[in-house]
Amino acid sequence: MTGLLWVTVPYVAFTSFLLGHIWRYRHDQFGWTTRSSQLYESHLLRWGSPLFHFGLLAVLGGHVLGIAIPASWTAAAGVSEQAYHLLSVSFGTLAGLATVAGLGILLYRRSTVPAVRKATTTIDKGMYLLLSAAIGTGMLNTVGSNLIGGGYDYRATVSPWFRSLFTIHPQPELMAGTPVSFQIHNLVVLALLGLWPYTRLVHVFSAPLGYLTRPYVVYRSRDANHPGARRYARAWEVSAPPSARR
Amino acid sequence: MKLMAQLAMVMNLDKCIGCHTCSVTCKQAWTNRTGVEYAWFNNVETRPGQGYPRQYQDQQRWKGGWTLTKRGRLTLRSGSRFKRLLNIFANPDLPTVADYYEPWTYDYDNLLSAPAMDTTPVARPKSLITGEDTAVTWGANWDDDLGGGPQQVSRDPVLAKLSAQVKLEFEQTFMFYLPRICEHCLNPSCSASCPSGAVYKRSEDGIVLVDQDRCRGWRQCVTGCPYKKIYFNHKTGKAEKCTFCYPRVEVGIPTVCAETCVGRLRYIGVVFYDADAVLAAASVPDERDLYPAQLGVFLNPHDPRVVAEAERAGISQEWIEAAQVSPVYQLIVDYQVALPLHPEYRTMPMVWYVPPLSPVVDALAGTGHDGENADNLFGAIDALRIPVEYLAELFTAGDVGPVRAALRRLAAMRAHMRRVNLGEPVAPEIAESVRLTPTEIEAMYRLLAIAKYEHRYVIPSAAGADAHRLDALATGCSLDSDGSPGMTAFDVMDGKFHLTAHPSDTNGAAAPADKARRINLLNWDGKSTNGLFPAVPISNGPVSNGQISHGSATNGAEPVAERTR
Ligand code: SF4
Ligand code: SF4
Repeated sequence: MTGLLWVTVPYVAFTSFLLGHIWRYRHDQFGWTTRSSQLYESHLLRWGSPLFHFGLLAVLGGHVLGIAIPASWTAAAGVSEQAYHLLSVSFGTLAGLATVAGLGILLYRRSTVPAVRKATTTIDKGMYLLLSAAIGTGMLNTVGSNLIGGGYDYRATVSPWFRSLFTIHPQPELMAGTPVSFQIHNLVVLALLGLWPYTRLVHVFSAPLGYLTRPYVVYRSRDANHPGARRYARAWEVSAPPSARR
Repeated sequence: MKLMAQLAMVMNLDKCIGCHTCSVTCKQAWTNRTGVEYAWFNNVETRPGQGYPRQYQDQQRWKGGWTLTKRGRLTLRSGSRFKRLLNIFANPDLPTVADYYEPWTYDYDNLLSAPAMDTTPVARPKSLITGEDTAVTWGANWDDDLGGGPQQVSRDPVLAKLSAQVKLEFEQTFMFYLPRICEHCLNPSCSASCPSGAVYKRSEDGIVLVDQDRCRGWRQCVTGCPYKKIYFNHKTGKAEKCTFCYPRVEVGIPTVCAETCVGRLRYIGVVFYDADAVLAAASVPDERDLYPAQLGVFLNPHDPRVVAEAERAGISQEWIEAAQVSPVYQLIVDYQVALPLHPEYRTMPMVWYVPPLSPVVDALAGTGHDGENADNLFGAIDALRIPVEYLAELFTAGDVGPVRAALRRLAAMRAHMRRVNLGEPVAPEIAESVRLTPTEIEAMYRLLAIAKYEHRYVIPSAAGADAHRLDALATGCSLDSDGSPGMTAFDVMDGKFHLTAHPSDTNGAAAPADKARRINLLNWDGKSTNGLFPAVPISNGPVSNGQISHGSATNGAEPVAERTR
């Protein structure tokens, strides 16, 4: 069971994440979009969306710090466990609150504004469900276990387990004794990762940072579109040779 | 110097009757799809009026186009690139459906399916976005012909710029129509504001297009364009815009709007310009210098140095010859009767307008004067503050000088030609007073009044631009390749067409399933009725709409497997 949950499931999710993105990038450039609904409604979005996105970016940054960087490194850098804990919980809570508030506004908007509700697809709904669950359980872990409860040192169990997945020697046993709320959070996030490439979340990988450095106006030669250089096969047929037509 | 070629358009506003044929045919060709119901690549607005979308010219609010920084550098009015990226999650300057209008249809089925009753059944308006009942409160031309009265018309942002006294004279109402498409600007702020680099200007002909595969739906271009000529497809989540009917002009036939224009008032031709000079011209400090600055960017195609430079830039002989007889260049540079729309947006627009003289003539005739007499007309142009000031706000950033000059030339032409038509002796001083000779003024008359199709549309084919490239292909029979002389225009069109029938242009999900039975105006050349009428009864199975000989790709019937190969 431990092996299934903490080795098989993550690898299945990663595979889906990776191959899904490659497949979609190669075959569905046209579908690769934020599918923004701002055209329908702007007022709620202007509060909810920045709160949510910036909050989530901070949360992601926190996760990278907490998971990718081993406790021994921060200790070596002279950051005590208490100091780390204080920092991560306070910043994590702030970022989490912004994210939750933003998500709340966005979900309210999505369910009450008729045009936005109409534009919500089934996969969107699944995505929202997983996203809300991931953020909800994450918030529970930060606030519930770490702030109110005694605190749980995930850097001794969850983080090394996650890192071990990227070595050839996954260590599922590290996850065995972790609190249930952490386990659920992990599973929900893994499910979200698995679903990711098939949702509009793909827009994350189009973050247009190149915009800051490129020239303002983009010129492109028509040759790229020329029938001779087309990426797709020609789907029409010349009905008769030109000579026969005259 | 970097010489580039641009396909440009001029519209003669005196002849526009506001019939909206251009808008309707454009819509049939390009935007009769879910997600772009509200998109009018071509729209015709009554001036004075609010335009479409409502008050789009109010750049304090919509932040379109360019502006100068304190240090005189050109920057997007909506802010630096960094600021644009920070605003990417919620664009504060984006018009919403309410600023356009909520597209709707009618519940026609109710007219047939309602049970027998005493009252007549009605077809209720239904929102095309939510599918629910809706109240129709605005449309793409709601204030057409000054509809809605002073209450609506006074919201015109251009009117707001006029002096109070001129506004008071507004009772002497005047109006004219302003048909608008994308300006295919030399300095497009839409492209400059696209974070993904999906909006690009084609280096061969200057047409500005959105790469549907690269657009990620950041919707910054909608804000960037001061003319609000980029529309966000709310179904596919991608930006769409006027394409200058590139599949048509590539084979040398005019855009659908020009082809179908009832007033025959549109001109299409090539203009050469110096791309290296664009930035400096767009950055001149005084807004009123922008019109002359843009004139300074254009290159004289008769100048041997320009021709040599064009050849060096790989521009084909066909294009150079087209530039030399370009009706657009004549109207803009030779006669200087065409003016750019809102040069103060600093995008260097390339759809120019011959301002309408008719409001002046009408005002004269209304007071019992002879509206064809040169002296009367000249006097009226100088004396009438509306419409001249209004036109100046539209075309020259408020500088009445160029507008007066253009109107005086039109007036001189009118007076001169009346003498000719009535067999009266020609008075050369009329032509001279606007610095033209009688011969020139008659040539201008022919171009503006009676020019034939081939003189209004001088469009070299893209195949011509490719000639040097095709020649270079030493292998194979040149008659086998697309765009070669062995193929007719329509053969090439079929190939182009494939692009529009391709899912990357009209998303499978958004393209109506019964597209094949729809009317197709995109490849109409005025010579046959193919594609104008659905040919097959709705109930028939396999689809054929009379287009077979012109390429089945238009039917959108390409197999899925083909697409992804
Ligand atoms: S008018 Fe056309 S080319 Fe100019 S900024 Fe707008 S969309 Fe771009
Ligand atoms: S079709 Fe021609 S005359 Fe009619 S509205 Fe359009 S531009 Fe004006």
